[in-house]
Amino acid sequence: MTDTTIRGAPIGSSRVTGAGPAPILVHDWSESRALRNVTLTAGAWLVAILAAVPLVSVLYMLIVHGGARLSLELFTELPPAGFEMGGGFGNPIVGTLVMVVIATVISVPIGVLAAAYLSELGPDTQLGKASRFLAKVLTGFPSILAGVFVYAVIVLAMGSYSAIAGGVSLAILMLPTVVLTAEEAMKMVPRKMKDAALGIGCTRTQMIWKIVLPTALPGILTGVMLGVARVAGESAPLLFTALFSNYWLTSLREPTASLSILIYNFSSMPFENQIELAWAASLVLVLIVLVFNILSRLFGRPKY
Amino acid sequence: MTVVQPLKGPAPIKPAARDSGDIAINCNVSKIYYGNFLAVRDARVPIHKGKITGFIGPSGCGKSTVLRSLNRMNDLIQGFRLEGDVHFLGQDIYAKNIDPVVVRRYIGMVFQQPNPFAMSIYDNVAFGLRLNKFKGDYAQRVEHALRRAALWDEVKDKLKASGLSLSGGQQQRLCIARAVATEPTVLLMDEPCSALDPIATRRVEELMLELKQDYTIALVTHNMQQATRVADITAFFGVDISKGGRTGYLVEMGDTEQIFQRPREQLTQEYISGKFS
Repeated sequence: MTDTTIRGAPIGSSRVTGAGPAPILVHDWSESRALRNVTLTAGAWLVAILAAVPLVSVLYMLIVHGGARLSLELFTELPPAGFEMGGGFGNPIVGTLVMVVIATVISVPIGVLAAAYLSELGPDTQLGKASRFLAKVLTGFPSILAGVFVYAVIVLAMGSYSAIAGGVSLAILMLPTVVLTAEEAMKMVPRKMKDAALGIGCTRTQMIWKIVLPTALPGILTGVMLGVARVAGESAPLLFTALFSNYWLTSLREPTASLSILIYNFSSMPFENQIELAWAASLVLVLIVLVFNILSRLFGRPKY
Repeated sequence: MTVVQPLKGPAPIKPAARDSGDIAINCNVSKIYYGNFLAVRDARVPIHKGKITGFIGPSGCGKSTVLRSLNRMNDLIQGFRLEGDVHFLGQDIYAKNIDPVVVRRYIGMVFQQPNPFAMSIYDNVAFGLRLNKFKGDYAQRVEHALRRAALWDEVKDKLKASGLSLSGGQQQRLCIARAVATEPTVLLMDEPCSALDPIATRRVEELMLELKQDYTIALVTHNMQQATRVADITAFFGVDISKGGRTGYLVEMGDTEQIFQRPREQLTQEYISGKFS
């Protein structure tokens, strides 16, 4: 009836009408199918572990080298000069936070509105397609070029390195991440919910503000956090825009310290104290990004 | 029974240009296109005030398309084009100076899939009221709408819970409450029971019979028994495949009893006796 066989017995042999041996259903590890299955599963495990190695080892190094130096005075004191002992990086923490806030304040409104256009108003228009493409290109934009661009446009015009210039350069790097993730989040809002809003008499603007944005909020916040995480550790654009400062921030229009530049400066110094501080600063930078992530998860949880 | 305050909504549509009699919506569609595709032709379907008008017919016969053109929901679909006119209380809603957003506030819609918003039960029902800048007792109005939708007893203790936490049948009744909260003139229902189990379907059908005391209802249904149970008037749509495409058209329309007992058209007879679907 059939020439297909399983383990030597014809498939039909176990049917009601067929006479023959009972089917053998137990595992047979010598079969090539079983062998392939085991090998591939083990391979996938191995690769997954390999992928985690760099991250875990970096974290390990940071905790070992930076953790020892962790203390309250790191957050309150200014960076030490040459042979000075002690000191901290209070002003770079403030500088980094301030510039990240500036970047967020600039990029989130623009990014979310652009995403609303891409997702709801003109997804298939020429403008929509072009700006989505450009946003994708911008995600891979070399960060140093953002710095050079802002140097030419803002630093030269203002006549000074500043927190504003630093924030703007970070905003340029943050923008595409916000746009693309917010667009994705808004597209995830079910079509039927959008139809319901229009059916009850919303204009498209009302639909976006009252239904799409609130429903997509968790996804949008995730995008913002991804953006923050990306730019908080950027150093190249800040070299050209915020530079560095050994003093507390007093104005947004003057050179501003940041953790990433402090790490860059101190890690190449021949002093033990500074190198230790660079390690500690790296750990603090990672912790800041981690805290932002946890906060966004807490506040970005869907309410309903 | 609570007294319903009048809704201070958008400016009322201007008095009827001509008396519409007992017709709420006079649908006079000669052709509906999606791009170059002729989806529907010759659908002249008057929707009578205070009655339930059922739209039945096989898949692809354009019954949903016609329904959605009654409150301009089709405007959102690219390439949609309507030839003919649709008069709501005497005004052509496809006239150039008509704002479709306002039309939709007078002609509410309940969709095939229950689609509550991702907000609390209370906020779902209050949504339309807030949209219309209703000034008055929201709590009372929300309760009234939920009672109308036969949902109040099930949700009165959890108005702050998510609308999405309800079962499918409850969600659909929530959507009906949301639609009736603003006291629209007409309710369009696009296969409102197709995603529900038989018990939930029965509740929604009872609800429709309740609601028709105050509302004009147009109901698309795939279920002929449903049409016989709730519709006063039935419109039967067929599919014309003679010109290559699949074009829906109105075969016949009449009192539900007449359509199911003494259909005038051969096609109707074949459909209701289950020869095709």
